[in-house]
Amino acid sequence: MSAETQPATAAPTLLSVRDLHVTYPTDAGPLEAVRGVDLELAAGETLGLAGESGCGKSSLATALLRLLPRGAKVTGEVLLEGENVLAMKPGRLRAVRWTGMAIVFQGALHSLNPVQRIGPQIGEAIELHAQGKRAKTSARVGELLELVGLPARRAQDYPHQLSGGQRQRVLIALALACDPKLLVADEPTTALDVMVQAQILRLLADLQERFGLATLFITHDLSTLAAACRRLAVMYAGRIVEEGPAHAVFDAPAHPYTRALAAAFPIIGDPAFRHNPSGLPGDPPDPRALPPGCPFHTRCPVVREECPHTAVELWPAGEGRRAACVEVRG
Amino acid sequence: MSAIAAPSAKRIAWLRRRRAAAAAWSDFRRDRAGMIGLVVLVLFVAMALAAPLIVPKGELRAINALDNPVWASPGEFAPMGTDSLGRSVWAQFVWGARISLLVGLAATVMAMLIGTVVGVAAGFYGRRVGGVLMRITEWFLVIPFLPLAIALAAVLGPSLTNIIFVIGVTSWPSTARLIRAQVLTLKERLYVDRSRALGASDAHLMSRHIMPNISGLILANTTLTVPIAILSETTLSFLGLGDPTSTSWGKMLEDSFQQGALTEQAWWYYVPPGLGVLLVVLAFTLVGHALEEILDPRLRNAPSR
Amino acid sequence: MSPRYVIGKLGGSLATLLFVVVFNFFLFRIVATDPVANLFRGRNLTDAQRDELIHEFGLDGSTLHQFWAYVQQTASLNLGRSYSTNEPVMSEILDAAPATIWLVGVSAILSAVIGVAIGIVAGWRRRSKTDYAATTFTMTTYSMPDFWLGMLLLSLFAVSLGWFPVGGIEDPTSTATGPALWADQAYHMFLPALTLTLGYLGEYTLVMRSSLLDTMREDFLVLARAKGLRDVVVRNRHAVPNALLPVVTLAAINFGFVLSGAIAVEAIFSWPGLGLATYDAINGPDLPMLQGLFLVFSASVIVFNLFADLVYAWLDPRVRQA
Repeated sequence: MSAETQPATAAPTLLSVRDLHVTYPTDAGPLEAVRGVDLELAAGETLGLAGESGCGKSSLATALLRLLPRGAKVTGEVLLEGENVLAMKPGRLRAVRWTGMAIVFQGALHSLNPVQRIGPQIGEAIELHAQGKRAKTSARVGELLELVGLPARRAQDYPHQLSGGQRQRVLIALALACDPKLLVADEPTTALDVMVQAQILRLLADLQERFGLATLFITHDLSTLAAACRRLAVMYAGRIVEEGPAHAVFDAPAHPYTRALAAAFPIIGDPAFRHNPSGLPGDPPDPRALPPGCPFHTRCPVVREECPHTAVELWPAGEGRRAACVEVRG
Repeated sequence: MSAIAAPSAKRIAWLRRRRAAAAAWSDFRRDRAGMIGLVVLVLFVAMALAAPLIVPKGELRAINALDNPVWASPGEFAPMGTDSLGRSVWAQFVWGARISLLVGLAATVMAMLIGTVVGVAAGFYGRRVGGVLMRITEWFLVIPFLPLAIALAAVLGPSLTNIIFVIGVTSWPSTARLIRAQVLTLKERLYVDRSRALGASDAHLMSRHIMPNISGLILANTTLTVPIAILSETTLSFLGLGDPTSTSWGKMLEDSFQQGALTEQAWWYYVPPGLGVLLVVLAFTLVGHALEEILDPRLRNAPSR
Repeated sequence: MSPRYVIGKLGGSLATLLFVVVFNFFLFRIVATDPVANLFRGRNLTDAQRDELIHEFGLDGSTLHQFWAYVQQTASLNLGRSYSTNEPVMSEILDAAPATIWLVGVSAILSAVIGVAIGIVAGWRRRSKTDYAATTFTMTTYSMPDFWLGMLLLSLFAVSLGWFPVGGIEDPTSTATGPALWADQAYHMFLPALTLTLGYLGEYTLVMRSSLLDTMREDFLVLARAKGLRDVVVRNRHAVPNALLPVVTLAAINFGFVLSGAIAVEAIFSWPGLGLATYDAINGPDLPMLQGLFLVFSASVIVFNLFADLVYAWLDPRVRQA
């Protein structure tokens, strides 16, 4: 798979996220969904990001291109090829969107404009960034559709005429429209059934290899990431709790939460898995009322006395690995 | 046995309901617009109820106003001036509130009763019965309200009960449609199926499962139907179809129009009743919207993406 | 749009219209036990007049016979004779219709366009000052009786300030024709049209705003912004077309109802349309006129509902293929 064939030599850093915080205003007070995240992604590299619903991973993804709803506060730095996205002027931001970084959303029914045909929706992105002529645009749209395994004539269809898997392919084609260097895939296979999931994952892997795309792959399913990515990060309660080379993290997790995620066997078609991928008792903590010390300690199977009183951070846990657990600190 | 008996299921249910009501009330209090509406409503209802204490009913009759100046402005004849017959506008306003509110509420009760029965039946029984009921409902919705109300009122004759009947009979369809939609979704829910599997009768299902779950919707819808009923009564009275023996805000507007208050520039006769209607309708609407937000979980502040 | 869909909708409309005709008959003839006495209460009728009225009503025949006669007459557009003017109801209605169509048509279009525009601006910037101002304004105009607003405008701008005429459709003393006449009529139409427009636009604003807010929750808008589109473009090209769907249906349906909604306003401004005719007929009471008007009002609603269904199907591709 692509994970092994990626170069081991240092490639230039494409994306560098530093101390990212995302806060939403709610009627009951500010809600901090992302509480200080650092990430690095090199060109052509795949990084997986895993976690339960509510851990902040989707907020993180949308924050990268400043797509959060009005009122949400984002602080920190998001360096895309050295330029800080969070400090860009609106004009520059709009130019960088889709050309520097593109997002593949979940292929839900309303992820595409329901009253517009597929063709114009892809064409819109092309024409916006490349001042192309009409003829060239439709040819390119056809090209993109075929790239993802759909016949070019599908451009005439409306979104509701496509199946979930086909919609997901359209979203991938759309994401590639402006030749971005970085793809952020936010739960691209979550709404699909298992057979289609496998097809989409295979497609993504092929495209990554072909175009040398760097990918940030976000999902709740750790096992998918282990196979598809070179490096892996795990998020809990708005922070990264473990990161390192994919196989190492999956085969020998350093953090108890990762261990739980890795050990859970997804049952085919079981929606419960989506909502509780770790198989742990209890629910993810409410960001407005986090437990003291290590936020995971209330659900941790190997909790110690010091855990509620220790401010955990990412400590080294082996070659190119870090984990936020007292076990690692020793 | 232990000194403290375990609470019965009924008591638990009652406690839960009380807690839910308290939570709803504190939610409501946070909605400022809703609270303002509630205060305004209480004031008007108090005024209407206390009418005999505020102004003796005799003042409404022209025969008692023979000594009053006609078309007196509020400055000359406190507090709201007089009309072309010398009658006190303030007396009409206070007593008019009674009828306007009474008709609004009574007609709404009637509309809600019919609408709920039809809506629940149509949603619950589906197929033939439901289909027929929906056909009737839709037909009523197609007929324009005012011409229908006018036709009915003209044929039945002008009286208080007739007006209530006319408004009630023309307002139930939208409620029925709303309730039917909700009942249909409730029917789909698993617990109804499971109940049936356990042998529950239709009556049991309706009273224990359906009704409690639509009570919030009914309350919110009622609060939003009253203003429509009040506006309807105002219009019908203005057109001359109201009860000629009583006074309402709509009747005041009719009288002011017929007596030529516009040309006389006697604004004190037609501004207050309209203002009264405006305030009461606004108040009910604000309270109704606040209730909707609280009681309909789907409308709760869903975070935008 | 499949022909089957269109024919289905047409059939439904015709059926509804038929029910209206039946209802019309029964309402006026059967609800009151003695319609003649009921409708002419307080008036002294000679025996000869009573007998003539009974015959005109067809009350001297069997119910079925009466009903059949009624259906035949209605089908041939014979709606009886007015009791006030003794002219055929149909011609009275045709005479009065243009004034109402003009007044109500202009108001309906203006209120839809302005109301939707305000709704878009208010909804897109939810909870901003513009939103609060717009919502408060429209809620207020929507909560008042429309004819009361007319009274206020009339008393202020016509009686008090004298900027506009106090009523009617044209200056009775002038002999103007052609464009000068039209200008005079438009001048007379200003206040009533303003009244109706202000009264109706509230509904459009509220519905458009609410629909836009619903649409704004959808994922495809985030996608549109992610592509790099300007905020205004996202709003106009992606959000608004989706949010407009329910509004268009509302507008089409409203157009049908609005014909009968101007009754009180026409009375206030003495605007010689169907509304004023209704007002006069109530005070008669002029039974044949009321019956004829009821039929016309209902028919217009049915026609516009049909139109609304077809327009919605044409606009929403998801329904089209049904």
